[in-house]
Amino acid sequence: MTTLALIEAEGAAIKKASLSAVAAARHFGAVDVLLIGAEGAQEAAKIEGITRVLHADSTPHLAECIAALIADRAKDYDHIVSAATAYGKNTLPRVAGLLDVQPITEVVEIIDADTFVRPIYAGSALSTVRSRDAIKVLTVRNANFEAATLGDASAPIEAVSAAVEVPDAAYVGIELTHSDRPELESARVVISGGRGLKDAANFKLLEPVADKLGAAIGASRAAVDAGFAPNEMQVGQTGKIVAPDLYIAVGLSGAIQHLAGMKDSRVIVAINMDPEAPIFSVADYGLVGDLFEVLPQLKAELGA
Amino acid sequence: MKIVVPVKRVVDYNIKPRVKADNSGVDTQGVKMSMNPFDEIAVEEAVRLREKGAASEIVVVTIGVAEAQPVLRTAMAMGADRAILVQTDAELEPLAVAKLLKAIVDRENPGLVIMGKQAIDDDMNATGQILAARLNWPQGTFASSVAVEDGRITVVREADGGLETVRLALPAVVTTDLRLNEPRYATMPNIMKAKKKPLETIAADTLGVDITPRLETIKVVEPPVRQAGIKVSSVAELVGKLRDEAKVI
Ligand SMILES: Cc1cc2nc3c(=O)[nH]c(=O)nc-3n(C[C@H](O)[C@H](O)[C@H](O)COP(=O)(O)OP(=O)(O)OC[C@H]3O[C@@H](n4cnc5c(N)ncnc54)[C@H](O)[C@@H]3O)c2cc1C
Ligand SMILES: Nc1ncnc2c1ncn2[C@@H]1O[C@H](COP(=O)(O)O)[C@@H](O)[C@H]1O
Repeated sequence: MTTLALIEAEGAAIKKASLSAVAAARHFGAVDVLLIGAEGAQEAAKIEGITRVLHADSTPHLAECIAALIADRAKDYDHIVSAATAYGKNTLPRVAGLLDVQPITEVVEIIDADTFVRPIYAGSALSTVRSRDAIKVLTVRNANFEAATLGDASAPIEAVSAAVEVPDAAYVGIELTHSDRPELESARVVISGGRGLKDAANFKLLEPVADKLGAAIGASRAAVDAGFAPNEMQVGQTGKIVAPDLYIAVGLSGAIQHLAGMKDSRVIVAINMDPEAPIFSVADYGLVGDLFEVLPQLKAELGA
Repeated sequence: MKIVVPVKRVVDYNIKPRVKADNSGVDTQGVKMSMNPFDEIAVEEAVRLREKGAASEIVVVTIGVAEAQPVLRTAMAMGADRAILVQTDAELEPLAVAKLLKAIVDRENPGLVIMGKQAIDDDMNATGQILAARLNWPQGTFASSVAVEDGRITVVREADGGLETVRLALPAVVTTDLRLNEPRYATMPNIMKAKKKPLETIAADTLGVDITPRLETIKVVEPPVRQAGIKVSSVAELVGKLRDEAKVI
């Protein structure tokens, strides 16, 4: 049997999180990938280790349509997988609903074809579950699966479309936050700011340091709620999950909901003026100090 | 328009949960329980829609043990009109919850269901999408703003790269994200009033829904604890360590 992996393209490029989802899917055997939207099929065909690309170029990016399309073809598959991105999280549980199966979301480890590990309670516990469903529908955390590579492969591309009635929903558009920085979820270095940055203007103090390090910028919920940073920068239990080589936490306390999104980073640095801040309990290197003094120094030191 | 708001009773978000010694799950005995924070946001949004004249009645529903009643009272103190407890002692998964909710929705015929995007105990982020699928309704997940007009709801969603807008025919299912609103506190007079609002109890097994779990929990363990490292005394020392010791820059 075969696994269907729902992947995403950004422009013509395949998202790194999707390549991790393909890698996870390969644990089960052969993999077909499904790509929605006009661009990216040629790139998708280069993913190593896949059998074919199913390309739905005219299906809108709506969970209603994508889930119907997947459910329609589900009988060919024993696993349906995507990255646990907002896109995957929106779509795959709907697929599961149509198929009458219980989805398994945010998988961090695949034990065998039926058995999976996923965090619960903001990562305070790890739960191992075995599915009794005939088709397993799962979303996987990209940080836990090495991305599949793009190579000289050229899998056949097959056009598909949804031949089913879907509920009345219209895609109006997306207001993309433009950034020249690396993507938060796949960046090698992430620097995140919290409420300690005080306001949106100060939040920009992170930028020169991020520039020097080639880092993505993240934020705590408090920083997002206060309007210092857009929502897609939120790291945590209910935001993005990151595990870069280096995570620098600036002026954020390290609430459990934030730690849930970054504590698997390889090296963690905390900069906070409160020596008791919980972030220090997970930091490899802690610097107690005023961020308004530390950030300019850090920029200068990195420039050398 | 009637709005149904499903709310879940969960371990309060301020509590650090403990894994049971036999690794069968998380210990909830004697632990402070509250309404799932995302569901408070859902109740608040429903109340605001009624205040704007877009809704006429708000029905809150919870599925679970009898002890979940206080969560329904809280929702009514925030402004919901009446409450339904679908009572069961069974362990529930999102698929089962969605099926029981569908039974309630079929009975109540709301124009809109607003619920949390994620329960902070199981962290599934699935029930709303499953419910929408089973109702064959459109869905607006991870909402950061909603507007109802002319039988449609416009939902701005927190997507991966920014804010995405969808326009859905009603009835629809909407799930809330953190930025949708800031829930009000229930005032003392409203808490008193909520005690007199109707709360109906329905036994889950009278709804004709198969809620047999599909997932078997093999074990629940604490994650490996990350050890705290060292404190550095200057930025120069920090950069030196990152360069020469950790080799990450
Ligand atoms: C349902 C739910 C979901 C949530 N999901 C998330 C999530 O996904 N991600 C998330 O991050 N949070 C989440 N939270 C919120 C979380 O509980 C915390 O409230 C939040 O992470 C706090 O953000 P913060 O650390 O920036 O702010 P605070 O806790 O206020 O910390 C600010 C820190 O800055 C330090 N500071 C202040 N000034 C300076 C200075 N000049 N120099 C150096 N340090 C300074 C202070 O010492 C303090 O430690 C969630 C909460 C709930 C209830
Ligand atoms: N037992 C329940 N009773 C009522 N609503 C629930 C229950 N479980 C989940 N929900 C709703 O579904 C949402 C998402 O939960 P989950 O899919 O478990 O993360 C919650 O925020 C609630 O609105």
